[in-house]
Amino acid sequence: MSNDAERNAQHWAKTRSLTIFILILWFVFGLLLPWFAKELDTIVIFGWKLGYYFIVQGSLIAFVVMIWYQNMRQDAIDREFGVSDE
Amino acid sequence: MAVQDAPQGAKFTDRLGLVYGLYTIGFLVFFALMAYLETQGFQAKTIGILFLMFTIAIYAIIGYLSRTMQAEAYYVAGREVPALYNGMATAADWMSGASFVALAGGIYFGGYPYLGFIIGWTGGYVLVNSLMAPYLRKFGCYTVPDFIGTRYGGNIARLCAVIILVVASFTYVTAQINATGTIASRALGIPFEVGVWFGLLGILLCSMLGGMRGVTWTQVAQYIVLIIAYLTPVIWMSNKQGFGMIPHFTYGEAALRVQELEAQYGLQKAATAVAGLKELTTPHFDPQGGLDSWKFATLALCMMTGTASLPHILMRYFTTPTVTAARRSVGWSLFFIFLLYFTAPALATLTKLQLLDPNLATSVIGKAVADVQALEWVKNWSAVGYLAVQDQNGDGIVQLNEFFMRPDIVVLATPEIAGLPYVISGLVAAGGMAAAMSTADGLLLAIANALSHDLYYKIIDPKAETSTRLVVARVLLVVIGAAAAFVASMKLTGILGAVAWAFCFACSGLFFPLVLGVWWKRANTAGAIAGMVFGFGAGTWYLYMIYNGLMDPVWSIDHLRFGIIGMPVSLVAMVVVSLLTPAPSAEVQDMVDRTLYPSGDTILDAKH
Repeated sequence: MSNDAERNAQHWAKTRSLTIFILILWFVFGLLLPWFAKELDTIVIFGWKLGYYFIVQGSLIAFVVMIWYQNMRQDAIDREFGVSDE
Repeated sequence: MAVQDAPQGAKFTDRLGLVYGLYTIGFLVFFALMAYLETQGFQAKTIGILFLMFTIAIYAIIGYLSRTMQAEAYYVAGREVPALYNGMATAADWMSGASFVALAGGIYFGGYPYLGFIIGWTGGYVLVNSLMAPYLRKFGCYTVPDFIGTRYGGNIARLCAVIILVVASFTYVTAQINATGTIASRALGIPFEVGVWFGLLGILLCSMLGGMRGVTWTQVAQYIVLIIAYLTPVIWMSNKQGFGMIPHFTYGEAALRVQELEAQYGLQKAATAVAGLKELTTPHFDPQGGLDSWKFATLALCMMTGTASLPHILMRYFTTPTVTAARRSVGWSLFFIFLLYFTAPALATLTKLQLLDPNLATSVIGKAVADVQALEWVKNWSAVGYLAVQDQNGDGIVQLNEFFMRPDIVVLATPEIAGLPYVISGLVAAGGMAAAMSTADGLLLAIANALSHDLYYKIIDPKAETSTRLVVARVLLVVIGAAAAFVASMKLTGILGAVAWAFCFACSGLFFPLVLGVWWKRANTAGAIAGMVFGFGAGTWYLYMIYNGLMDPVWSIDHLRFGIIGMPVSLVAMVVVSLLTPAPSAEVQDMVDRTLYPSGDTILDAKH
């Protein structure tokens, strides 16, 4: 049983780090970049003002990629510790 | 009630790809048939009615085929919905009449501050995935208050969660029934008050017999209709007007051009305002930094945390077969939602450019007033009072501040502005109806299930038979639906305001009790109750003071973002009270530990 407890603790430590990493990215794309839209707008790439681009498209793509990446990593962590339910 | 279980179950879920593939083809064939009928001289109104009737009939058939008398099927669709389809169902559940009809118009007139909704309503799913969905699925609950009641124990915590759920969801659902009524009344030519009841009838046909199972499979069908209806006009228009095959990646330059034209025409208030309509005064995108950024971030934050606390969304993740599938289906959900949300700003930009740019044939600004007033679509929308062109300075030319529009009609009028055939407008009406119906279904079910499962079964009569519980659930569904339709028919609230309020109610009261229930073992019953009562109370009090003008908004926190007041109060109250009272029992702490990894049995057994 103590083996199980140790296994679960390690699994949770990794899960927690992954979650914190994702939440930092969430903060950057969801709040930080839109906050500095005015400053970013001075940069124009491929016909897009950058501040505008992130708000109408870039951050949304980042959110989708973030969730898919997180789930891929989480699946790997679950399998590593043998706690996956699939 | 003589409800027999439909002969489907496992076999049906094996053939989902085939069933929905055929359905999509059938819908496209129907669309082609309507287009053909239009060329044969059928009236626009007939086509509109056929579109609405055909789609609603399909949803009703799916609802009937999904009928059930089993608690697990009724509350959580038998936990057999694959991730991909649950993603589609969640997307339909999520995208309401407001997203479909009002969002692009809001962006058209609202500029930078309004775009907080776009970020908020997509970024929230990162929180759902990271903090909530997999853990709540592991719990194996039927409803969100079921989680609160089990994690914290005691009927008071459960009851608080039920109250917050009902307030938030009911606020939201009246706006949706309002939208179904608006669309039905316009397409069928019946009064709005009758349209509301017609809309409710359609909604109940989907959810009455099959509960969550019926709603799941109709929502998948509704998603397919709504996404086709949203993307077709934009891509068609873009090709017709030469903005590129798929405009999404290239409209940055169109946005720059709009900003150029705005500077040229000048954004000024109209000399005489027109009641109910708006002229363009907010720049397309012009963030000022400072206070402007603060307003954007607070709105986005309330919408994101609200997303992660709204029960009708969270309960969709209770329907997947496994915890892993629950996570995966959040990924699919956001992908399907993203398809619409990254199209809305493109639609707003291209439509604005069509009206403003003198190099395009469709432009109206800078043209002679008499010519513009003679345009077919201007005549149609002016006749119903949704649009106005007035030569207020008497120079015979339409200025930017002499062109008035109701923001809600931007999506509906775009096909006509771009000169697309009427069949597209019929398609858009069917899409708007699908969006409003699917959200209303999810919300009504969330309310009725919380009342029947948590209030009736768990608190009032724990010995009730399954069949009695399910009859109670259905009676509640009809009663709440009727109450919502009644409130909607009185037109008390604007659509957008009501939706933002629902998010703020949910995040004020439920966000921290849900998150800390998983992430902080030390959180206990008293703390959770304090978090819900004080958070929800503070948010509601602030809304009341601001909305009735009894107080000036603090730091520009207005009635759309009162969650910013409720959430910190909830967090502080919950942490302080938890620490002042004894830690939860070892049993509860062990339960939280087991929530953290996917394998093993759910915390609650299947027949709870």
